[in-house]
Amino acid sequence: MTNTPVGESPATPVLLATPGAPRRRALPSFQSNLLTAVAFAIAAVICATVEWWLLIYFDASLVLSGAELIVCRGVEIFLGLVGGTAAWYGILAVTRALSANRLAAGGAPSAGRVRAEDARDAMWFVVGLGLTALIVAFIAFLLGANHGALRTVMFDFGYMWRGHNALLHAFWLNLKIFAVTQVLVLAWALLVAVVRLLPGRACAPVRTLAIVYTDVFRGVPAIIVIYLVVLGFGLARVPGFDSMSKDNQIFWLAVLALTLVYGAYVSEVYRAGLESIHWSQAAAARSLGLSQWQTLRHVVVPQAVRRILPPLLNDAVALQKDTALTSIVGYVEVLGAAQLLKNKYFNLSPVFGAALFFLVITIPFTRFVDFLLKRDKQRTQGGS
Amino acid sequence: MSLLELRGVQKYFGADHVLKGIDLAIEEHEVICLIGPSGCGKSTLLRCVNALEPIQGGEIVLDGELVSGRGVDVNALRQEVGIVFQSFNLFPHKTVMQNITLGPIKVLKESKAEAKERARILLARIGLSEKANEYPDRLSGGQQQRVAIVRALAMQPRVLLLDEITSALDPELVSEVLNIVRQLAVEGMTMILATHEMNFAREVASRVCFLESGVIVEVGVPDQIFTAPKQARTAEFLERIIAAGRL
Ligand SMILES: Nc1ncnc2c1ncn2[C@@H]1O[C@H](COP(=O)(O)OP(=O)(O)OP(=O)(O)O)[C@@H](O)[C@H]1O
Ligand SMILES: [Mg+2]
Repeated sequence: MTNTPVGESPATPVLLATPGAPRRRALPSFQSNLLTAVAFAIAAVICATVEWWLLIYFDASLVLSGAELIVCRGVEIFLGLVGGTAAWYGILAVTRALSANRLAAGGAPSAGRVRAEDARDAMWFVVGLGLTALIVAFIAFLLGANHGALRTVMFDFGYMWRGHNALLHAFWLNLKIFAVTQVLVLAWALLVAVVRLLPGRACAPVRTLAIVYTDVFRGVPAIIVIYLVVLGFGLARVPGFDSMSKDNQIFWLAVLALTLVYGAYVSEVYRAGLESIHWSQAAAARSLGLSQWQTLRHVVVPQAVRRILPPLLNDAVALQKDTALTSIVGYVEVLGAAQLLKNKYFNLSPVFGAALFFLVITIPFTRFVDFLLKRDKQRTQGGS
Repeated sequence: MSLLELRGVQKYFGADHVLKGIDLAIEEHEVICLIGPSGCGKSTLLRCVNALEPIQGGEIVLDGELVSGRGVDVNALRQEVGIVFQSFNLFPHKTVMQNITLGPIKVLKESKAEAKERARILLARIGLSEKANEYPDRLSGGQQQRVAIVRALAMQPRVLLLDEITSALDPELVSEVLNIVRQLAVEGMTMILATHEMNFAREVASRVCFLESGVIVEVGVPDQIFTAPKQARTAEFLERIIAAGRL
């Protein structure tokens, strides 16, 4: 406190570093970005050249005819144009930077700043377009490698089509496992999460049990749990499962194994959600005379679930995919069926077909939940 | 017999001694205003009366019945004693109507139709009928606080605790909330309010209670407290308030 103003006692805390002094900062003067623009232009031209070369390589490997060839050529032309556009924007960036410099030198610095901003926009376009084009062209290059071996081994639509019936039937089993497990997981995980949050000394034993459960089942790979539960329970003839038919037994044991694994994950998601609800909400509910249970049921859980829908969805998608793990215990779901087809045709395309089935479900599912979240937000939150 | 009686109430937060033996008796239809510097324990006192905080000594008696300590049915107590918070604490996932009817339906076991009907009457009285199906986040602060008061009133409590209900509001919204409190006072609601609105305290209070560092320094009718405080500390506090332009 060196700068204490006169007449003020030195004990008064000073909030401003230099009290009374006017604060002024000059606006930064015009800065040329010509050099950067030139660098971007060079990069863009190199990028386009490499991309075109990759595409030409891909083209040479095409031993197709008819519609397939037309589609491939169409894609090549499109990618070629994208690469060219990137180069074009690189040149645009340079001309804009030049004109910005000219404006600034000619006594119009604010017009120059606008032009410089335009030049920067063009540079970002170079990055966006050029990078995308390069990556896509590189994938084409891989597909063209070794005379397009990857294409014939993995993406042969003829084999996929021949196997589609078997795959479709098998995929139905994946959906069944997923649906049943997901419902069980949502309920079971909520129970575990609530138990973990129970207060008081009397609940310490169950709380510990819940903690041990989540730690163990999150720590073990799902594939091992499935292996142990499905094969182990089957071998040990555990009552309840033993009287089932073979198929039913595998189905329900797989459901059990996946519920155990995903229950542990999802319970942690729930717990984070429950803890994120401010205690004042619970206080308000309790002050109305609602019991602890009613407070959870009507106030805390509904808010927590809204908040954790995205991570819950994330885990649902993961679970849907992990139903394929049950193929290792001999369950003929879509991956198992695809493997049988692969052995029959000596071609991996049916496995790629199985992958497509998962995509067809998960992508619309994700979009749908996004839509629900957005709608809920619009309804409950003030916009203006 | 007093409606609500605090006898030697002690409250600790860990080693922090926040309420140091509070004695206060509140008659039916009385309006008690708690005033005092920030951190003196006003909110804590109200939260103890509502059993949102356990007390470590003394007792609280409501209408001749002991309502503090172990084994007391706190949910039953809270049906008799409502509280409104500084930060409204409405439930954001429920509409105004659902906020108000939740308690009556789940706790008082009223039918939905009955609870809604009463909620509608209450909303009409505070001029918010058209907001019944709106969500709280789409209301102004003043509107939210009025809904919060109605939510507490819907439980038909015998005592209403108001904890600085206007201090989170813009100045021009304060009066719409205070008008409701004023009206409740006229209608004979028993209330304890913690407040920094000294003019309002002076106007509606039956008695004003000055609290400092967890001790009741002085209790008296508003005219006496504000014009002729007996204790030097009360006078000091009021001087500071006047210097801040709040009285
Ligand atoms: N949950 C808590 N845990 C620990 N200490 C607390 C808690 N709540 C309040 N306190 C402490 O108790 C004391 C009294 O707080 P209280 O909120 O009752 O003050 P107040 O009179 O309401 O103040 P204000 O006028 O600022 O609202 C403060 O020193 C505060 O730090
Ligand atoms: Mg307070």
